[in-house]
Amino acid sequence: MTPREAILGKIRSQISVGSDDTTRRTAVANRLSSTPKGVIPERGQVAPAECVDLFCQQAEKVHATVDRISTYDGVAEAVSAYLRGRNLPQSVRMGDDNRLEAIDWSKTPNLSRAFGPSDGSDPVGLSHAQMGVAETGTLIMTSGSANPTTVNFLPETHIILVHSQDISGDYETSLNQIRSQFGKGRMPRTVNMITGPSRSADIEQKLLLGAHGPRSLHIIVVDD
Amino acid sequence: MKITTPEFKSNAVEALADENLQKAMGHVQVGFIEKRQVAADGLPEFEALRDNARDIKNHTLAHLDLYLEAYSEKVEQSGGHVHWAQTAEDARNTVLEICRKAGAKTVTKGKSMISEEIGINAFLEDNGIAPIETDLGEYIIQLRGEAPSHIIAPAVHVLKEQVEEDFRAEHTHLDVDRNLEEPETLLDEARTVLRQKFIDADVGITGANFLIAETGTSVIVTNEGNGDLTQTLPRVHIVLASIEKITPTLEDVSQIMRVLARSATGQELSVYTTFSTGPRREADVDGPEEYHVILLDNGRTNMIGTEFQEMLRCIRCGACMNHCPVYRAVGGHAYGWVYPGPMGAVLTPSLEGVEKGGNLPNASTFCGRCESVCPMRIPLPKMMRHWREREFERNLNPATQRWGLKIWAWIARHPGLYAFGARIAVRGIATLAGKNGRLASLPLAGGWTKYRDLPAPEGQTFQQQWRVRGGK
Repeated sequence: MTPREAILGKIRSQISVGSDDTTRRTAVANRLSSTPKGVIPERGQVAPAECVDLFCQQAEKVHATVDRISTYDGVAEAVSAYLRGRNLPQSVRMGDDNRLEAIDWSKTPNLSRAFGPSDGSDPVGLSHAQMGVAETGTLIMTSGSANPTTVNFLPETHIILVHSQDISGDYETSLNQIRSQFGKGRMPRTVNMITGPSRSADIEQKLLLGAHGPRSLHIIVVDD
Repeated sequence: MKITTPEFKSNAVEALADENLQKAMGHVQVGFIEKRQVAADGLPEFEALRDNARDIKNHTLAHLDLYLEAYSEKVEQSGGHVHWAQTAEDARNTVLEICRKAGAKTVTKGKSMISEEIGINAFLEDNGIAPIETDLGEYIIQLRGEAPSHIIAPAVHVLKEQVEEDFRAEHTHLDVDRNLEEPETLLDEARTVLRQKFIDADVGITGANFLIAETGTSVIVTNEGNGDLTQTLPRVHIVLASIEKITPTLEDVSQIMRVLARSATGQELSVYTTFSTGPRREADVDGPEEYHVILLDNGRTNMIGTEFQEMLRCIRCGACMNHCPVYRAVGGHAYGWVYPGPMGAVLTPSLEGVEKGGNLPNASTFCGRCESVCPMRIPLPKMMRHWREREFERNLNPATQRWGLKIWAWIARHPGLYAFGARIAVRGIATLAGKNGRLASLPLAGGWTKYRDLPAPEGQTFQQQWRVRGGK
C-alpha cells in the first residue's frame, strides 16, 4: 500500500464511508464547481466611486501612501515626483507590463528604468496591480514577465499602479476575476495579495515597518 | 524535538519564577488581546464569518479524502509534486531526499509549525545541510537554540536586550560598537544579514495556511515578506503542510482569511497573502523551477470521526493562547512540545499520546475564554475534558487524585449524603475561619492556601438556599 492509499484509506475508515459514496462525491463536485460565496462584508458593497475611496482609506490605514491621478499620462511625473520627495534615486526596476510600456516616459528623461526580475540591488520597484480590493486596501499581483514577483519583495520601496476600474469591494470578486482570466481551476504560479508595506512585531510585540519586504509601499490609483 | 510535556508541573514552576519571561509575557495584553477586540468590533459580519468558517471546515473534514484527491490532482496538473507522509520521519526523509537531489547546502525557511512538529532543522543539520530560519522571531529562537513559545510569535518570551546579546554573539563580522538598543536597529540588522542568505539558498521551505482543492494552490499568510522570498528565490520550493489544511475553493479561503488575521494579530488582513501553484511557468521570469508539497498525517487521521475531529478546524491563529490565563502565566515552553496553550493541550495528547501529553488538559481553569475567541469555534474546554476522562480511564493520574475523584463521585451520586456532607463542611469551615471569615490554611487544600486565603462560607449551602428561594 502506498502512503497515499494508507492515508486516504484511514480517513475513509474513520468516517465510516460505506460502499455507496455517491452523495459525498456529489457534494464535493458541487462545491468545487459552484464555488458558493459566503458572507460578504457590507463595507465594500458600495458604488464604484465610493469603493475607490474606501480602497485608498484602507490602504493608508495600513501605512501605504496613496496618490490619485486622473490618467496614465500623469504616471511618469507622479513616479518621479514621489522619488524626489523621498530623496530616492530616479531609477526603477519593472517588468514588461503593457500598461507600463504604454506610458510616455519621455516626460521624465532623468528617470531610468531597468527591466526584468530584481536581484536585490534595486532601491525601487514599479509594478502594475491586477486588481485592488477595497475592504482592506489590498493589491492583487499576478506573476509573469509583466510584473515579476521579485519586484514585489526585494526593493526597499515599491510603487504599485492600480486602475480604479480594477478595484472591487471584496476578495471574492477579485479572485473570481482571476478565475475567469486564467481559467477555472487554474492559477498563475504566484498571486500576491499585498496589504501595506512589510512589517514585524516579533520583538516585544512592537510594530515595525520594513522587515524583509519593502519598507515603503506607494500606491498610484489611476482614475482614467 | 524532545518532548518535556510530562514535566509540565516543574516546567511551570520554573516559568513562574523566570523574571525575564514574566516581563516578556506582559506584552501579550496590548499586543494581541486589545487589537483582536478592536478588529472583531470593526467588522459587523465577524460572528457570521466565524460561523461560516466553522461550517466550511466541517464540510471539508467530512469529505477530506475526496478533497485531498482533488487537490493532489491539481498540483500534479500544474507541474508540482505531491508527497504523502504518514509520519514525521517519512516527511523528514522526503525533505532530505529533495534537498540532496537539488545538491542543497543551505535551505531558507519560512515560518512553519509543521517543520517544528517534524523537527526538520536538527535532522537537516545532522545530514550536513544548514537550515536558516528567516522569520524574525524564528531567527531569534534559532540563534538561541530554543523552540517557539507561541505559534505565531515564536519569540514572544524573549526581551529585546536578550535579542541584542544573541545578535552580538552571532554577527561577529559587524562593528562591535554598533548601537542595537532599539527593536528598529535589531530588525535592520536581521534584514541585512538574512538578505544574502535568501539569495544563496538552494531550497526554500515554507508551511501553508491553506491548500486549495479547486486549484492545487498553497497559501501562506505573513507580514515580513520572508516567506515570499523563501518561496520565490531558491530553485526548489518545498511546502510542508498537514492534511487538514485543505480548503475547497478560493471563496472558502477568502471567508477564513477574514477571521484569521483579525483573531491572530488584530490586523484586518496580514500584509502578504500569497497563492503558489506549481513551479514557474514559461511566462515567468522568477520563481522556483521545482514545487513539492509534503502532505503530513502524523496522527491526524486518528482524530477523524472521534470527539477530537473538531480540533482539525484549527487555523493556528494563536487567539486561544493569547487569551488563556494559564498560558500567559507560564509561557509556551512549559507545555513542553510544539503547540502550547489550549490548542496545544488538545493537540499534544492527540498527536503524541495521552501518556506524554495528559498533563496539559489539566492545565486549564475551564474559564472558556479560548472557545469564546476561537475563530473556528472549536470547543476547546470540552475536548480538554474528554482528555481528562481518557487519562482517568487509563489510570494515568496519581493514586491520591484518583481516589479523591472516586470518593467525590460516589458522594455526588448520593444526594442525601451529599447534602449532609455539605452542611457539615459549611459549618465546619466557617467555625475554623472564625471572625475574619478567611482561612490561611486548610487540611487537603494546602496547594490553594499556600498562595491565598480561602474565603469561608457565610451561611447555608447552595442547595439550602436554592430550596428557600423556591428553585429560582
